[in-house]
Amino acid sequence: MNIECKTRIKINMVGLYTIVRREISRTVRIWSQTFLPSIISMALYFIIFGNLIGSRIGEMEGIRYIDYLVPGLIMMSIITNSYGNVVASFFGSKFQRNIEEMLVSPLPSSIILWGFILGGVVRGVIVGVLVTLVSMVFTKLHLQHVWLTLLIAILTALLFSLAGLINAIFAKKFDDINFVPTFVLTPLTYLAGVFYSIRLLPPMWQYVTHANPVFYMVNAFRFGMLGVSDIPITTAIGVLIGFIIVLYTASLWMLKKGIGIKH
Amino acid sequence: MLTYLKVGLMKALVIKNLKKTYDSGLIALRGIDLVVEQGDFFALLGPNGAGKTTMIGILTSLVNKTSGHISIFDYDIDADPISPKMLIGVVPQEFNFNFFETVIDIVINQAGYYGIPRALAYERAERYLTQLGLWDKRNQVSRQLSGGMKRRLMIARALVHNPKMLILDEPTAGVDIELRRSMWTFLQEINNQGTTIILTTHYLEEAESLCRGIAIIDKGKIVENTTIKELLSRLNTETLVLDLRHPIQSTPTVPDCKIVLKDALSLEITFPKTLNVNNLFESLSKQHIEVSSLRNKSNRLEELFIGLVEKKL
Repeated sequence: MNIECKTRIKINMVGLYTIVRREISRTVRIWSQTFLPSIISMALYFIIFGNLIGSRIGEMEGIRYIDYLVPGLIMMSIITNSYGNVVASFFGSKFQRNIEEMLVSPLPSSIILWGFILGGVVRGVIVGVLVTLVSMVFTKLHLQHVWLTLLIAILTALLFSLAGLINAIFAKKFDDINFVPTFVLTPLTYLAGVFYSIRLLPPMWQYVTHANPVFYMVNAFRFGMLGVSDIPITTAIGVLIGFIIVLYTASLWMLKKGIGIKH
Repeated sequence: MLTYLKVGLMKALVIKNLKKTYDSGLIALRGIDLVVEQGDFFALLGPNGAGKTTMIGILTSLVNKTSGHISIFDYDIDADPISPKMLIGVVPQEFNFNFFETVIDIVINQAGYYGIPRALAYERAERYLTQLGLWDKRNQVSRQLSGGMKRRLMIARALVHNPKMLILDEPTAGVDIELRRSMWTFLQEINNQGTTIILTTHYLEEAESLCRGIAIIDKGKIVENTTIKELLSRLNTETLVLDLRHPIQSTPTVPDCKIVLKDALSLEITFPKTLNVNNLFESLSKQHIEVSSLRNKSNRLEELFIGLVEKKL
């Protein structure tokens, strides 16, 4: 490895650290918009659906309803927060044009990409941990597969950070960054088996649910926490990694081409 | 950080046949050829929409070129897009920093994007923010700064990685005259330390005061590329406006001069540069005309600029 190569690696690592640090600073600076809403809304879900309604539902797949609900709600928090972090931050940088600070620098597109998505992953995982802590107020958690749970959380945060970045690349106005979370992400999450097992659905809708990518993440995460899943865990991880590869390749290509950020 | 980059005695910038057509069909650059010497203080002039900002956008990789070749300190930007970026600092026309970040964070983060560790970045940020009179504002959120301070912040940000070439796109637009002159002094110091500076400006006085090389761009083409000295030497007449101590009724006459009586207390005299100005005043004195003060009618470069752009010269 020659000096030039070593120097460039060092530049890239300092650059990556700078972007991630900046992203985390932003997330922490606006904690009332980033951390608090998920904690409050998830606490309400646990109270209403878990305790009040859940006690009448009884069990789902042989598990107390509130316990069945916890993984889905944690996953929902991770998805919305990782997505929301990157879409808001990247679009904000485009809108204020401070994305140009990075574009004129020697950082390659891949480092800029990783800087933003790692910021999203960190927020997603932190919110996931906070929601887990909140859930422990309402129920006792027994993690079946700790490392698998963590892996699924990170991969899901990574996937939705990438999705948020692509949304931000194409967004031209603030409405565009709210459209996908409201009209695509929320329905997909709610219909992914967060609140129910798909075995409760008629066969045709069970089949349709398999086309929903969030379904695989919720089930993989639930398997990690509770040891139950509507689908084989390897299929879920395979789908997750497949989506990550596709979205990563697409977003890197778009950044390199300068789509949405260069003339 | 720049140790591996070789910057010897080469041209700071070489542009060959640079063309840019936007997706809308607008042709912004129609084949630009330009050379900027290392260490030069170079002015890029042109009317609005001439293509200056597009050209700078291409140099700083914010705009994709349609065709043409660019090398910066002998690094071809197509073959090696990274090295030229290490050598350039850019101060854009529009504010393009995060309005929610503090002044110090903006400068230190920019250093980070160039691979400068935070401790060294802090030292440099302190140096440049102090020189530009912004150190006291370092913890202030950038949106709270005045327009002039925001411009200086962008200069500090552009310098934090010690670039060999600084590109400024109308850095003094909307800045008051006192601040503008202090920025000129600062830029001259930077240039004296060896940094090549490329400046676009609408203030022709600015170009005349600061720059040695000059290019005038119009409708996407370079219509002139020379030195300020050479360009000014093309002016073969000078026009003075004289304020008189006592009112006069008729226009005086002086050989080889064109005199216009503006009003009873002022004259406008156009004379060839070859004329001995002493003889002019002697002649006026003989006609009992007493001059109380005098000034140039207009900026000399402005006349040339208008002439070149309107194809009158």
